[in-house]
Amino acid sequence: MSTLAVRKTRPAAGTTPGTAQGPPRRRRTALVPTLTLALGALYCLLPVVWVVVAATKSGSELFSTFTFLPGTGFTDNVGDLSAYRDGVYWRWMANSALYAGLGALLSTAVSAVSGYALATYRFRGREALFNVLLAGVLMPPVILAVPQYLLLAEAGMTDSYLSVLLPQVLSPYGVYLARIYAAAAVPADVVEAGRMDGAGEWRIFTRVALPMMVPGLVTVFLFQFVAVWNNFLLPYIMLSDDEKFPITLGLHTLLEQGANTPALYTLVITGAFLAVLPLVALFLVVQRFWSLDLLSGAVKS
Amino acid sequence: MTGTTARRGALRAPYFFLLPATALFLLFFALPIGYAVYLSFRKVEVSGLGLGAGAREEVWAGFQNYTDALGDSELLDGALRVLGYGCLVVPVMLGLALLFALMLDSDRVRFTPVTRLAIFLPYAIPGVVAALLWGFLYLPDVSPFHFALDRLGLPQPDLLDGGPLYFALANIAVWGGTGFNMIVIYTSLRAIPAEVYEAAKLDGASPLQIALRIKIPMVAPSLVLTFFFSIIATLQVFSEPTTLKPLTNSVSTTWSPLMKVYQDAFGKGDIHSAAAQAAIIALVTLVLSFGFLRAANRRNKQEAAR
Repeated sequence: MSTLAVRKTRPAAGTTPGTAQGPPRRRRTALVPTLTLALGALYCLLPVVWVVVAATKSGSELFSTFTFLPGTGFTDNVGDLSAYRDGVYWRWMANSALYAGLGALLSTAVSAVSGYALATYRFRGREALFNVLLAGVLMPPVILAVPQYLLLAEAGMTDSYLSVLLPQVLSPYGVYLARIYAAAAVPADVVEAGRMDGAGEWRIFTRVALPMMVPGLVTVFLFQFVAVWNNFLLPYIMLSDDEKFPITLGLHTLLEQGANTPALYTLVITGAFLAVLPLVALFLVVQRFWSLDLLSGAVKS
Repeated sequence: MTGTTARRGALRAPYFFLLPATALFLLFFALPIGYAVYLSFRKVEVSGLGLGAGAREEVWAGFQNYTDALGDSELLDGALRVLGYGCLVVPVMLGLALLFALMLDSDRVRFTPVTRLAIFLPYAIPGVVAALLWGFLYLPDVSPFHFALDRLGLPQPDLLDGGPLYFALANIAVWGGTGFNMIVIYTSLRAIPAEVYEAAKLDGASPLQIALRIKIPMVAPSLVLTFFFSIIATLQVFSEPTTLKPLTNSVSTTWSPLMKVYQDAFGKGDIHSAAAQAAIIALVTLVLSFGFLRAANRRNKQEAAR
């Protein structure tokens, strides 16, 4: 199975079809593509580099020294941020980890069992059900979030952890990916063999199919983790108690308070820098496990 | 276990397996949508001064909320702003994504593992944080652009006002979305068998010709897919302008249609007209995205027939 680093056999660079192949010779770099990509990378890294540098600046350095010149205030900034309202910042980080971690885990479980059922069984209403689930992707979140809020308010559940967790458990996109992946990774005769051995359907799923689906489910988990971590609208609508805020909402309120007080800028910037770290670290560590081929539906077993 | 009970198990199992998804769908998708549609046909009627119990009464409104919404200049202005914003974001973002994907796929290109990861990196950064980072980069007091222009003695445009504001907001979306779309397109480029190019190469086609005549037509399906998702994301722009709002007075609370819905529902407490507006936005999203998919399918069929 291929991953972010997509592999394909192609004639190695340096060999031209139709010519006698001498000893491999280094070909010069293609300048245009390499430079174009370098410029693109520069553009994408610019704000990230900026926030890394700006987080090291003290309040006065931020406005007086050159933008990309590191400052001397990083530890002070982190200290100030941690002291802000008794460390509410770290509480936001922990909340985000909880929402994204638990949310993505539940979501992956639901996607796995649904995707497996849709891929393996033929039953009445299969395609209809699948299409209805998929249509959920098209629904603008605010269209859902406002009535979700009103309904949860009826049930007295707004401004709770559950009000942010539950609406995000079903991910139409996750079900879609899991179905594609189950169809490619779980052969029908393996399921049939399990039945011959007298195993129940649930047992076949958990013992036989699930292990085969793990690489695809890692992708589903990561997508959902990023989606929940980055979500702003749902917690913005659901929550009013800032002890329950995720980091996106927390930073937003911090910026709202800080916009007119430049003294708070350093807090916002340091907060943004620290908020970016976990996901960037996650990406660097797990990018090799991402199977992005799933996105374009190009799964080959 | 006998064969028949096993078979019966296999008949019931899919429904059992799909129970959690169906329950969640009904609770968190179908029920809220139905409730929103119901609300959109209701209104609050105030009698007298609106004081005391029974003075405020919920009654049927028919299509009144819808006609009000369609005649609402704030909503229309927001829609036009998002249209202008979308005309900047979608072509630039997908154009860059396609360009980078083709460059990644070309021969003798160097440092691709690093550049590919760098361009993909913004996907990991929440929209709120991206808007915040760029917001600071636009802010005259801290911006390196203003610093450079100042040193060069050039005039410094206000990036957070008027026309430049559209570019400022579009830039945030382009920055955040290019890498993801690039990977989708690149993945399907890599799925094209190498033999397809060989004949063209032997005929002496240039890399540019190969890109235009072979590669781009062959990745058309993934271009359609990325276009589709980009339209949906653009129509729903919310968190970026909301985040920039504290930094400038030019972003109103009703800048985009979704912000207007939010403002009406929670700022003014008028959930009925908010629901009607939300329904209209959902309808426009559905019509636009399915219309686009149909048009794309029809073209594909025509090309296949040719």
